Amino acid sequence: METTGFSSPRADAFPAGLRVLVVDDDPTWLKILEKMLKKCSYEVTTCNLAREALDLLRERKEGFDIVISDVNMPDMDGFKLLEHVGLEMDLPVIMMSVDGETSRVMKGVQHGACDYLLKPIRMKELRNIWQHVFRKRIHEVRDIESHEGLEEIQMMRNGMEQFDDGYLFCGADLISGKKRKDVDNKQDDRHCGDPSSVKKARVVWTVDLHQKFVKAVNQFGFDKVGPKKILDMMGVPWLTRENVASHLQKYRLYLSRLQKENELKASFVGMKQSDISSKDTAGNVCLQNSSTTSQNNVTNGSYVVCGNKIPIKNVDSKICGEDMKIASVQMAEPKEALIGDVTDPQKSSNSRIGLNHSFAQIGADVKYEPKIPARYSWTDVPPVKFNQEHKPHFQSQSWRAEVQPVQFKQEEHKPHFQSENSFSHLPLARNHIQVDCTEPILSHHPIPSTNEKDKQADISPNCITSRSQGIRIVAPVESTAELFSVKPESHLTVCQEFEPIPCSMWNTKNHSLEHILLNDLDSSQRNLILGTGSGFRLWDEELQGYSPQGGFHPQNAGFENIESLAYNNQELIADVPPLLYDSLNFDYGNPSETMEYPVMDQGLFIA
Amino acid sequence: MEGNHFQRQAAYTRKTLFDQGYLDEQFIQLEDLQDDANPNFVEEVVKLFYTDSARLIRNIDLALADNSSHFDFEKLDDIMHQFKGSSSSIGANKIKKECTQFQEYCNAGNLEGCIRTFQQVKQEHATLKRKLESYFQLTRQDR
Repeated sequence: METTGFSSPRADAFPAGLRVLVVDDDPTWLKILEKMLKKCSYEVTTCNLAREALDLLRERKEGFDIVISDVNMPDMDGFKLLEHVGLEMDLPVIMMSVDGETSRVMKGVQHGACDYLLKPIRMKELRNIWQHVFRKRIHEVRDIESHEGLEEIQMMRNGMEQFDDGYLFCGADLISGKKRKDVDNKQDDRHCGDPSSVKKARVVWTVDLHQKFVKAVNQFGFDKVGPKKILDMMGVPWLTRENVASHLQKYRLYLSRLQKENELKASFVGMKQSDISSKDTAGNVCLQNSSTTSQNNVTNGSYVVCGNKIPIKNVDSKICGEDMKIASVQMAEPKEALIGDVTDPQKSSNSRIGLNHSFAQIGADVKYEPKIPARYSWTDVPPVKFNQEHKPHFQSQSWRAEVQPVQFKQEEHKPHFQSENSFSHLPLARNHIQVDCTEPILSHHPIPSTNEKDKQADISPNCITSRSQGIRIVAPVESTAELFSVKPESHLTVCQEFEPIPCSMWNTKNHSLEHILLNDLDSSQRNLILGTGSGFRLWDEELQGYSPQGGFHPQNAGFENIESLAYNNQELIADVPPLLYDSLNFDYGNPSETMEYPVMDQGLFIA
Repeated sequence: MEGNHFQRQAAYTRKTLFDQGYLDEQFIQLEDLQDDANPNFVEEVVKLFYTDSARLIRNIDLALADNSSHFDFEKLDDIMHQFKGSSSSIGANKIKKECTQFQEYCNAGNLEGCIRTFQQVKQEHATLKRKLESYFQLTRQDR
């Protein structure tokens, strides 16, 4: 079998040798599919964990032509994997499930699946999957073609600033003559393994690249900027406008999806977080997006976590790089709300990190002083989404944001926590998550004023983030019951998916998370800064282990822990890799601009 | 030759399994996949299914035994969904039907119904296992 599926001179050989990656947690199906695909003369690789699959895809960038994945998998939602693959690797993905309900199929298509197969799967269905690969290739070629033609036109119209995506395709018509020839050329190029060929090396949108992209997009407003501007701003020499254009399309789709989901969630929460839209937090991935905003409204401490949660769900995690963004976004929101004292959380946070800001935001509306730990909670909260990778990120984020002393007021919380299942789900909401409680916690009293750094207005007493080491997600202990009271309901609805993270769990995991996070940072390819799949896995496991129904006992425990935890923002910050910082800062710088962005986009990128 | 006898027996057993609705078309798909490279493919897959499904059955039993005040039907449905998907892989028709029934009770929040139906599921699961085991024994005889 050839390594490249497409070789124009050997057209008859295609689709033989198509490199397929099959992902399914069911070993029986995996075996059957493997055999079926082998019978089709495809080159098959099997994987029974979504995370492993992602790692594999990232390792072997050009090693696969198509991915087939089951929808229901224990470690990661099949749709999330789908989005990731689409954004990062731009490979066609086929979904499978025994459930053929229209809504599910629709969801699959919305997330970018190029086909949705129902189990039990027949051989003949698998025989035809090569068409998806072929189709994509053709479109790519066409894009390149149009891109080339476009460049000529561009020269003619120098003044034009923005080219729409559509424009690119129009260009194709102009160069139809070249098309065939170029197609062949391109294929040959690919075949010859010439990655530097401008023609078309498949662009792999790494976290890094995506971050640059998001940064650039945010400068202008995702809905009005054109690929040319983005490309110019990104300053990546080998990237073509065409690459950016198609990525932008996907990104917009993603954002609008998130937005819809967020709106849905926001309504639950009862607040529309306009704040959230502001992008303060640059990309931090963590889930935080929308949830934080909701938080703000809530004024209640719970905010942080809950608010964030919402977005988390939406966040399809697709984005690796985006994760960064998201996290930041969320953070921004809560910040404002929280810091009653802080004159301008944004400002203070700016210096720090976008995240901090977001945390503080939570309280934005609220302006209560001590109440909303938002700041801290943020860090804690964002994890909500944690199932995905985000969590780890978030944690780190919060650290930075935390800087302020965490005022931890446990009083009324406890009752709140218990009541809501959803709350428990929200790891953040409770804030209990303390990844690493080694450090003493900041004063328990929710003192609005910033202790440590003055940067941020005091942070919510609730959030106690301690430990530089681990990520400490401290559930904001809301000193004021109200904080939580409000939220619980909203969170409930929102958080449903989120499983509570017992503090104890966090504590233990803390180290590993941290480790993971740091590891992740090292690899530029990794999603994120916050954490890689492994990190998420950690979170996932934790979360999964935790049954929402069961009532969140640990939470209470967490509270106690929180109190004992010392909060040491500084340390945390140190832990956070500079990379994060950058991204955070970046976004943070444009609060106003962020406004225009839906919270979602931040969240979206959370893997 | 003795082989013929076993062959006939095997063929008869197989036909019965289909006629009585124990197996469906998917099983034939598996048979089609069997070739020289994997001469025992079907049996291997069935074995794999029974090993993995035992775990799922255990999980469902545990979930059903949950005494907490707030019963998690969603989680139950989730595990059953996995089990059903797995059963469909070998064409276990009757098991699948019981699974569907189970899911209906689940959606209706009827724990009692779920428990009852699951007994059926387990029964079908065990019956099919027995039948397939004897079937494979027959097929092995004439090799």
